[in-house]
Amino acid sequence: MATPTTADFDSILAEAQRRWQALTNGDRPWVRVGTGLAGEAAGGFEVVSAVKAALEENGVAANVSEVGTLGLCFAEPLLDVQMPGGPRVFYRNVTPEIARSIVNEHVAGGNPTMEHAIGYLGEPGAAPDGIPDLNDHPMLGQQQRIALRNAGHIDPSDLYQYIANGGYAALNQALTAMTPDEARQEVLASGLRGRGGAAFPAGVKWGFLAGNPDPNKYILCNCEEGDPGAFNDRGILESDPATVVEGITIAGYACNANRGYIFIRHGHNQPIDRTRAVIEQAYELGLLGQNILGSEFSFDVEVALTGDSYVSGEETALMEAIEGKRSMPRYRPPFPAQVGVFGKPSNINNVKTLAYVPEIIAKGGEWFAGIGTPADPDNRINGSSGTAILCLSGDITYAGLIEVPLGMTLRQVLFDMAGGVPNGKRMKLLQTGGPLGGVLSASDANLDLVLDFDVFRAAGAILGSGGIIVCDEDTCAVDLTRNLIAFCQYESCGKCFPCRMGMSHLLEILERISNLEGTEEDLALMRNIGENMQAGSLCGHGQLGFNPVSSALRYFGDEFEAHIREKRHTGDCSDQVFSPKLTRR
Amino acid sequence: MDDATQSLIADAVNNQPQSTVTVLSSLLAVEDAIGYIPKEAVEAVASRMDATVNDVWAVATFYPNFRFDPPMEHRVEVCWGPSCHVMGAGRIIAAAQDALGLSDEGDTPDGKATLRYNTCLGACAHAPVMAIDHHLAGRVTPESARERIATALQSVPSH
Repeated sequence: MATPTTADFDSILAEAQRRWQALTNGDRPWVRVGTGLAGEAAGGFEVVSAVKAALEENGVAANVSEVGTLGLCFAEPLLDVQMPGGPRVFYRNVTPEIARSIVNEHVAGGNPTMEHAIGYLGEPGAAPDGIPDLNDHPMLGQQQRIALRNAGHIDPSDLYQYIANGGYAALNQALTAMTPDEARQEVLASGLRGRGGAAFPAGVKWGFLAGNPDPNKYILCNCEEGDPGAFNDRGILESDPATVVEGITIAGYACNANRGYIFIRHGHNQPIDRTRAVIEQAYELGLLGQNILGSEFSFDVEVALTGDSYVSGEETALMEAIEGKRSMPRYRPPFPAQVGVFGKPSNINNVKTLAYVPEIIAKGGEWFAGIGTPADPDNRINGSSGTAILCLSGDITYAGLIEVPLGMTLRQVLFDMAGGVPNGKRMKLLQTGGPLGGVLSASDANLDLVLDFDVFRAAGAILGSGGIIVCDEDTCAVDLTRNLIAFCQYESCGKCFPCRMGMSHLLEILERISNLEGTEEDLALMRNIGENMQAGSLCGHGQLGFNPVSSALRYFGDEFEAHIREKRHTGDCSDQVFSPKLTRR
Repeated sequence: MDDATQSLIADAVNNQPQSTVTVLSSLLAVEDAIGYIPKEAVEAVASRMDATVNDVWAVATFYPNFRFDPPMEHRVEVCWGPSCHVMGAGRIIAAAQDALGLSDEGDTPDGKATLRYNTCLGACAHAPVMAIDHHLAGRVTPESARERIATALQSVPSH
């Protein structure tokens, strides 16, 4: 096989553009169907089958693609039709029957059907009669999509579509016009903070690895997203895995690393299959492997799978899992930048963090730093640049995946964009940042919180991975806390006894309180257990594991009092008694 | 164990597509191939990875996705993570238990189905979520959960 040369990128790009032109402005319509995890749950694959069958019945040739998610999960399965050179018309909550009628009337007949249309995307002049601009939908209009720029638009398994939409220009630029250190300086200048939860500056973290002279170094990408309520990492990998593959390659270049792992939970097939597909194509095109684009830089990437284990998202537990062991955290020091996976220096990044990297290189660190919130050292606010990629679920009108500039308020996101709580109910409680993130009351003060890592921390919550579960007035704070602790108890890896036993005891006490059998002493006992867990656990699971209880007591102490003193339920908890008893063997 | 199963195990363990092969990756490959981890598979993985049988059991028993006896014809999973909990997962679990004649997770006595609780199936915006034979279904109600289970029990086994 001939080694690609720098000029090859231009020919790859030309081929990508030719293919894209043929898809969007060729001789046949293009039908795209949302088949991410949300699309699948709503019946997206059945819609794809119905579309193909209807095309055949009509004798019409069209391209049909399974795309990821545009983020409008509430409208899945989302199907859009693009006639050659025309706008894309989107249809919402499509069933196989609706799909057939769309094929008959729009794809075969040329007339968009109004009934299920949610909007169009394209040139304003091309607006089909009576169908609104999809960008006028409250959930899309205020987004600033960087990591999600291609999500829902391209076939995630087709690397050429990514390249036609600007992909790999950044890697080409880094390899031809930047030294590894210059690439890292760009990320440093962007102020990009890690999106896995800790919000540590990515450029600084890369520096720990870049400074290590070992010839074998690893970049790890963490998509072990066990956080219920957070689906943005999987959302990116099922919708546009190539941006992460390009991002990890640039990180490898900037850190002089030679190998990357993208770590995903076994069973989440769309993220796994689609990531593997683009990695394979990247090798074929010389964008991975030996002498990438003819440069001196060589880098290999593969997907590594884990079994079901929430703790394997912790950085050292993840390394254990990549090595094929029980995913239990390691002692630190030594830190991963010295001794990481397979004993080699390693650097771990969240999917979202790496997904930003190509755009940061292409548009400059200064551009990214200009988005978000400024630093305010007097109040221990370090500044949060870029966007927040939020997953909205629970009692919310428009559930889904959105990307908005940091600095927006929760109120803007939850009411202006996501339409607030349905059925005329009151928003009561927000669960943010995964099960360890704790709960916030939906008070005016909290709804005015701006999306910023440090502002959230000061309010006793974690912006972290970006999951926001919205609960209406029917939700009982004690019952939800019990559920969160049941999750943490089930997922404790068992290595540190304060976490293993503390979680079990917390769950036992919370079940007692839920069943109106709690006592005054229980609250003090829980705090005592929580302090021991925080002090005596090796990783965040135990250290932060009391957060759900402490934050619930902070905001909803009266509900605990009602259960304990007045023996009274405070929501719909009386009929929800499920609490799994299964623990790890 | 029949020869066909034995050879599926050998094939799964020895022909993994990725370059990094570990105890865990080998166990996951066996699970994908035959749906469970028999002791013969543990021995095959130990031999391939130059590990002890104990080492392999240690990994296999840590991850709750592995089972150690042959799978039932169908697999029903219901998520109870916070998003699903808030949207009524408790009622879906009760309906699934009722439809399968079970009082907890586990296998039905007739060998037709397994009920498993899951902490996150990944489609939180469509909570409450269940999966039948690895196909996700969102926004389920107790009634639709019963219907889906009844339909699955009458369909061709997933293995």
